[in-house]
Amino acid sequence: MATADIHIKESAPHGDHHEEHEHHTNFWTHYIFTTDHKMIAKQFLLTGIFWAILGGAMSVIFRLQLGFPDANLEWIRPLLGDWITEQGKIDPEFYLALVTMHGTIMVFFVLTAGLSGTFSNFLIPLQIGARDMASGFMNMLSYWFFFISSVIMFTSLFIETGPASGGWVIYPPLSALPQAVNGSGLGMTLWLTAMALFIVSTLLGGINYITTVINMRTQGMSFSKLPLTIWAFFLTAIIGLLSFPVLFAAALLLIFDRSFGTSFYLSDIYIGGEALPNQGGSPILFQHLFWFLGHPEVYIVLLPALGITSEVIATNSRKPIFGYKAMVGSMLFIAILSFVVWAHHMFVTGMNPFLGSVFMLLTLIIAVPSAVKVFNYLTTLWKGNIRFTSAMMFSIGLVSFFISGGLTGIFLGNSAIDIQLHDTYFVVAHFHLVMGSASFFGMMAGIYHWFPKFYGRMMDDKLGNVHFWMTFIGVYMVFFPMHYIGIAGYPRRYYSFTNFDTLNSFADLNSFVSIAAILTLGAQGIFLFNFFYSMYRGRKATANPWKSNTLEWTTPINPGHGNWPGEIPTVYRWPYDYSKPGAKDDFIPQTVPFSATPESNLPHENELIRLEKEDDDVIRVDDKES
Amino acid sequence: MSTTAQSIEKPGRSIWDGGQSPLKASYGKLMMWFFLLSDAFTFSALLITYGLIRTAHPAYEGAADDFVFSQEYWPIPEKVYEAVPFLHGVELPLVFVGIMTFILIMSSVTMVLAVEAGHRMDRKDVEKWMLWTIIGGLTFLGCQAWEWSHFISGTGGGGAGLSYNEYGPPDFAAFFFFITGFHGTHVFSGVVLNFIVYYNTVTGVYDRRGHYEMVEKVGLYWHFVDLVWVFVFTFFYLV
Repeated sequence: MATADIHIKESAPHGDHHEEHEHHTNFWTHYIFTTDHKMIAKQFLLTGIFWAILGGAMSVIFRLQLGFPDANLEWIRPLLGDWITEQGKIDPEFYLALVTMHGTIMVFFVLTAGLSGTFSNFLIPLQIGARDMASGFMNMLSYWFFFISSVIMFTSLFIETGPASGGWVIYPPLSALPQAVNGSGLGMTLWLTAMALFIVSTLLGGINYITTVINMRTQGMSFSKLPLTIWAFFLTAIIGLLSFPVLFAAALLLIFDRSFGTSFYLSDIYIGGEALPNQGGSPILFQHLFWFLGHPEVYIVLLPALGITSEVIATNSRKPIFGYKAMVGSMLFIAILSFVVWAHHMFVTGMNPFLGSVFMLLTLIIAVPSAVKVFNYLTTLWKGNIRFTSAMMFSIGLVSFFISGGLTGIFLGNSAIDIQLHDTYFVVAHFHLVMGSASFFGMMAGIYHWFPKFYGRMMDDKLGNVHFWMTFIGVYMVFFPMHYIGIAGYPRRYYSFTNFDTLNSFADLNSFVSIAAILTLGAQGIFLFNFFYSMYRGRKATANPWKSNTLEWTTPINPGHGNWPGEIPTVYRWPYDYSKPGAKDDFIPQTVPFSATPESNLPHENELIRLEKEDDDVIRVDDKES
Repeated sequence: MSTTAQSIEKPGRSIWDGGQSPLKASYGKLMMWFFLLSDAFTFSALLITYGLIRTAHPAYEGAADDFVFSQEYWPIPEKVYEAVPFLHGVELPLVFVGIMTFILIMSSVTMVLAVEAGHRMDRKDVEKWMLWTIIGGLTFLGCQAWEWSHFISGTGGGGAGLSYNEYGPPDFAAFFFFITGFHGTHVFSGVVLNFIVYYNTVTGVYDRRGHYEMVEKVGLYWHFVDLVWVFVFTFFYLV
């Protein structure tokens, strides 16, 4: 029980003794069972990278099958063993498992835990000016639940019947009946167990993020002065807090259907002419429950990437972010809308067409805040002194994917057009661009941008640019042709198209996509080399290498436990004072009071100088006194 | 500091400006609130699921007096839950579950008294009321155990389990076990938490710490569990 870490704020003023503590750590408490948010963030990052490599490798294996259905894949036998059939092909059921696990790993383990887990943990305390998360212990638990979940999910890859193979959406009855497909046996059980633990991890993390942002902002850091990254993480955590429990409920009910003979999702099923005893349930019900998480999950994945992009684009354009309040407002609006559009994934389940048009309307409204965000990114870039750092390139790449993938979202949101496009490669192309690649680019931007804060060294910019261009072009080469393949009616998740005469026309395009996918995955090797080489041999970072305004750059180059050696700095201004007319430098950090910059102050800012003086009399209370 | 006088002269200052807890609550209490919000969504999902499956089944149409258990329609709850211990064969619809509900709500009242005693730093009173709360929780769990076993063994028609049900469609029993079981798990963990707090009170941990905030936090949880029961009770027994 974590009863010991309760701190009530005392009304009596007390100073900041934090830096006087010596933190004696050994290998285990420093790297493994750490409660320091920066180390936990690195744990999430490295685990996320591990999963990303695995998920990416899986996609290449099934792309081999799709692009070259006649090829002999005997050479992968050392890796996959009996999943390669006698004829040298990928086992069809294992193909389904690969697709399923690729989706699960990428959506949950890489872009949820790897992205939110890394950057929320790392940046929230650093950018709001806190010593650590509200509860370091819960933060540690969050990582270790994720770790156990990862181990279970990883184990499921090695069992005889193979991992779950009903698609990452695990629709019953396919996922509920072990007779349906091999992967619905033990593999599915492990999948559900892993996901239940994953949800616990997400909730522990999310509750911490929200509470930390509300309670532990430093003096002067009002919500209107928060960097957009923090707004994004904050809203992401709230979305997760409200949607993941519904998946938890859905998963529990599915566990009961699978293992304890209930019929929550099952009814009227015949296998081999034999009726199953299950009566009365509804498989559509599961879809409702799943997509009540599933759609917000899209924004859980995307919002942190958008937040990171806002920060990186403003810093590297040397301009204030255009429309700060509109950015916050649109994120808030997206967060709210994300909860009322889930049924657009279910237009072809036989739902009432009127209900379909309601969900269609709500879905299309999301285009408005999304367009606001794109507009603001472009206007921030407009006439900026753009520095094409690797992080900046990836951020611009994100904006590009967000536009091109977002446009096809408008097609798919229409319930009439969706009947034609549903479950085709058009959908695959759409969400891989707007959610997959965009979020992945946001994550990359974050890694390149905050690497100096992570490890005190710089990543190589030239390699970063090569990595960017290869990935950027590669992603478009992979996903752009998929739109055509999808319009031609190719259904997703099919093992092979060679048996259908109508689906022979795009075999060459499929080969092209597969080659592009292999090249794109190969380009990630450049990143991996850059990442691990720079960790030890990279150029030493300066305190504020990007000349950025936010608080994390006021910490030492390698911040210790507690982040700031002395008192936590006070914040006086918003984080986007770049290229302010009249100012000496082209950036003014948040910690510089208006009284120190009379040359660049606007009239209403001069008014604030009076408040700053009074602030000096205010006695600060450090919530994280320990 | 005379903060009120100052804040009038300081129009630009707000409690949300950082450096303090804007909601006047410690992070631990906030965390409990957010957890409960999240948990409320879990229960909502389960209860909505229950509602959808139930409305997908036909309801009983005839007169209440002619009601017999059948797989064809959803049963009338009053006809299912009418047994009371030691009163075998007497029809007392919803009496026993009414007693259970009363006990649980009373345990919320004693919890309020414990929290109030905590504010007064009155250790003896906290001990007393926490103990009553624990007893209330355990009694509720005991009653539930009896009700479950009665439901499982049935009234001669084969009883009920997760995949069979003498009282009506199998899903009726499955949801009953799942949702009351999920709630019962919450009550059980609540009792465990209450006991830990009771133990810490007795050993003087909170006296040494200088406040009884832990009592408040488990109090929040306990009230939430009670509130959820009100909904479960409404949807399973009354509607």
